[in-house]
Amino acid sequence: MDANERPLLKIEGLQKSFGQIDVLKGISMTVRKGEVVSIIGPSGSGKTTLLRCVNFLETYEHGSIQIAGQEVGFRDSSNRQRRGETDLARMRAETGMVFQSFNLFPHLTAAQNVMLGLVKVRKKSKQEAREIAEHWLTRVGLDHRIDNLPSELSGGQQQRVGIARAVAMEPKILLLDEITSALDPELVNEVLDVVRQLTEEGMTMLMVTHEIAFARDASNRIVFMDDGKVSAEGPPKELMAQAGSNERLDAFLSRFRTSHLH
Amino acid sequence: MAAVLYALPFLLQGLLITLWVSALVVVFSLVIGVILGVGLVYGPRPVQWLVRLFSDCIRGIPILVLIFVVYYGSPPLGIAIDSFWAGVVALTLFKAAQVIEYARGAISSIPKGQMEAGKAIGLTFLQRLQSVIFPQAIRRFLPPWINGVTDAVKGSALISLLGVVDLMQSINEVIGRTYEAMPLYLLGAVIYFVINYSLSLTSRYVERRYAYIRD
Ligand SMILES: Nc1ncnc2c1ncn2[C@@H]1O[C@H](COP(=O)(O)OP(=O)(O)OP(=O)(O)O)[C@@H](O)[C@H]1O
Ligand SMILES: [Mg+2]
Repeated sequence: MDANERPLLKIEGLQKSFGQIDVLKGISMTVRKGEVVSIIGPSGSGKTTLLRCVNFLETYEHGSIQIAGQEVGFRDSSNRQRRGETDLARMRAETGMVFQSFNLFPHLTAAQNVMLGLVKVRKKSKQEAREIAEHWLTRVGLDHRIDNLPSELSGGQQQRVGIARAVAMEPKILLLDEITSALDPELVNEVLDVVRQLTEEGMTMLMVTHEIAFARDASNRIVFMDDGKVSAEGPPKELMAQAGSNERLDAFLSRFRTSHLH
Repeated sequence: MAAVLYALPFLLQGLLITLWVSALVVVFSLVIGVILGVGLVYGPRPVQWLVRLFSDCIRGIPILVLIFVVYYGSPPLGIAIDSFWAGVVALTLFKAAQVIEYARGAISSIPKGQMEAGKAIGLTFLQRLQSVIFPQAIRRFLPPWINGVTDAVKGSALISLLGVVDLMQSINEVIGRTYEAMPLYLLGAVIYFVINYSLSLTSRYVERRYAYIRD
């Protein structure tokens, strides 16, 4: 297999439950380098849980998740021995994550939020980290907010800091979990614009989104999750076309069709 | 009165012992309490359970009883301990149990997303504590803890009961010789007050310095 053909992220037979509830019931999917994959699906279908498994914020009972051929949370896929703390931190640094609720560090300025991982994990000098932070904060349109605390920023600005914090680490893949759903409607676009720019620059992304129009325009592939399983997937046009033969997908998409009519 | 002035160097020695005991107790209990507090919040179940047990036991015993338990209980266990260190150990245990609770309260007030954001950028557990959790938790930890420091200074007077010549005991001994009870106890009260009042002032200053997060 050609190196470019090998998927960057490979999820196989992933099963996860919270107590008695089976949340992920055997998920398999891949994301290639440079690919943008959107996950859509009804509430409670396990989208967030799947994303959290990818950087091992959640552990899982069965299956395997590999990034660039390396098992994420376990030493190897066969014996499932959990990685040690340092090892796990090193693996997690390979993925960037942007949270629905931003999760910025409130005691640090925008620049310091971005610099923390660069200094502590990437071992950059303060000065170099500062330059990288300024670069990324400028890229997300916050050159005038570099030394502000999160509490001094709007939701949209906070989320753009969140994106800058994640991409500044140069992750192999960026995970985005409904990053605009906590925002006032008028702030959504400024954040989506930043994501769109990143997709155009070839950043590999796996994103959960309720912005169907955005998913259709910005992604190479869409995965429809339903009840802990991948129910349909394909390039945006193909997936939309499958709605005729997939009742659940049709029902899910129809909500967005009707909401457009209003 | 002259006798009291005569006794001043002796009282000063007692004061030094009081400050030394207080400092040891405050530092030891801070280290032990914070470590156990972290264990209580983030440790595996058995660790959580043990810390809980420790904290509940210590806090269920009057400090005076604890001091005698450590002093008289150590030799039979084969631990040679003099009255000074017995006092320090007992006061430290007592204080540590409080610090555990302050630390637990302060740490668990931090939203879960903070730890996760730290994980997501690849920080190790200790780095997350150092750079994400502690700097935020300290704001909630400091007010009760500094209050507790003044308690430690006042509480240290209890080791006079083991015969350690701290400020309290030195006053008692001078009174035993001079019978000038009133002026001497008054002097003692003033000294304890000055120590604790300056601690309170410091604490207010420190609290203001750490009030950087707008609620
Ligand atoms: N920590 C947890 N403990 C117990 N159950 C959980 C936990 N996290 C999620 N669940 C359950 O797992 C299921 C999937 O949740 P998940 O958050 O992954 O769904 P989702 O597809 O992201 O939904 P939404 O679109 O509402 O964000 C839900 O039934 C949820 O109640
Ligand atoms: Mg979700």
